[in-house]
Amino acid sequence: MSGVLRTPLHAIHKRLGARMVEFAGFDMPVQYHSILEEHAAVRERAGLFDVSHMGQIHLRGPAALATADRLLTRPMASLRVGRVRYALLCNEEGGVVDDVTVYRLADDHLFLCVNAANIEKDYRWIVRNSPDDAGVRNASDETGLLALQGPASPAVLERISSGSPGTLERYGFAEFAVADRDALVSRTGYTGSDGFEIYVAAGDLAAVFDALLSEGAADGLVPVGLGARDTLRLEAAMPLYGHELDDTTSPLEAGLGKFVKLDGRDFIGAEAIARRAAEPQTRVLVGFELDAKGIARADYPIARNGQDVGVVTSGAPSPTLGKSIGLGYVAPELAAPNTTFDIRVRGRAIPAHVVETPFVGAGGQ
Amino acid sequence: MSSTQIPKELLYSREDEWARVEDHRVVVGITDYAQDQLGDIVFVELPEIGKPLEIRDVLGAIESVKAVSDLYAPVAGTIVEVNRQLEDKPEIVNEDCYGDGWMCVIEIAGDDALADLIDAAAYAQHCADRAD
Repeated sequence: MSGVLRTPLHAIHKRLGARMVEFAGFDMPVQYHSILEEHAAVRERAGLFDVSHMGQIHLRGPAALATADRLLTRPMASLRVGRVRYALLCNEEGGVVDDVTVYRLADDHLFLCVNAANIEKDYRWIVRNSPDDAGVRNASDETGLLALQGPASPAVLERISSGSPGTLERYGFAEFAVADRDALVSRTGYTGSDGFEIYVAAGDLAAVFDALLSEGAADGLVPVGLGARDTLRLEAAMPLYGHELDDTTSPLEAGLGKFVKLDGRDFIGAEAIARRAAEPQTRVLVGFELDAKGIARADYPIARNGQDVGVVTSGAPSPTLGKSIGLGYVAPELAAPNTTFDIRVRGRAIPAHVVETPFVGAGGQ
Repeated sequence: MSSTQIPKELLYSREDEWARVEDHRVVVGITDYAQDQLGDIVFVELPEIGKPLEIRDVLGAIESVKAVSDLYAPVAGTIVEVNRQLEDKPEIVNEDCYGDGWMCVIEIAGDDALADLIDAAAYAQHCADRAD
């Protein structure tokens, strides 16, 4: 396992009996007991995730705000202190460098929460496109991050914090103590259920994780691994970088147009995105359900009348719906709901049809 | 790994199938180690009855939430029966992998059809060798 990184909770995951897998260069829990049970816990009660592998890149200084505006697909000047905004970092060709959440800490201070696999790439990209007084700093190693998700989350967190997390608006954040440790708590998540993301110093992570686990035990809170994180985000039709998004994919193809504000703004990639928006699209991301038994997995071909017409980017059984669901890119003329096609699974053709997303709940970013 | 069940009366493949020899027929399933590694099993693709097989031919597939795993023929022969119950209740493989979670029955062909199988002690060692 040399070269594989560990979060500060690694020993706790092992103690809890987690099955570990490598993800984005980190040795992470994929499940503690059962992906299906962990998924249900989040939808019905509460689940606690170690997402410390994710990165945090700060911009702080006189040019911080202008730099964020130049780097991101949505304006940040209008982002109030205490609010979070989902946006994309794009390259000059309009491809997605990463999808991130942006926190406005102060007038001259923001940070981006970035995908674990992209920390180094994002940091280099941001530094290369920032003036010296943007104060770019990679705080990923010193920052721990937990996600507390599910309908019981507000009650659990309320009992163990000095603040009023239950009054936080969706996409709002506040700083208060959780289990007597300084924390930044946002009403955000990657599951499609209500919940929070809790930033603490890496050195405080174990204490906060253990305190939340024991405080929430009576509410049915359980630790949840990356396996259920993936099925939860898929039901919410939230994109996963490396699957639905990559350096060559336009946010418009990925159905993320509402997170791109062109309006004459001069962010990196704006020109290319505007140009691609004016051209006929060649592919678009759709959600689908399988109409026979089987599971569509990433990279399986999507076919119609024996011809390949697209590719699956993510697929899994939906524990909430009891159906097999997926996301994939197809030609735009195949994107309307109820359009039928086949998923090619090990030489068999499994019929599927396009459905509206999110698959479960209102979800969305 | 200490809790992994490996019944002494069965034979095993290194690909984590078990085989219960009954005269010229072999009942096949996946081991406790395999079902535990896979996690929640949500779909089992069973072989066709009548299909002739060589050792280690792909018999079918077992899908968990996260991954798909091939099921290999532990012996040479012909498929004569499959466990249709798994089509609607794949979770039985997690619950009772050596009993109701059996996958198929193969009628063995040739004198050396069982040649590649190992006994419970050797299989236990094979599992231990792969432990963390």
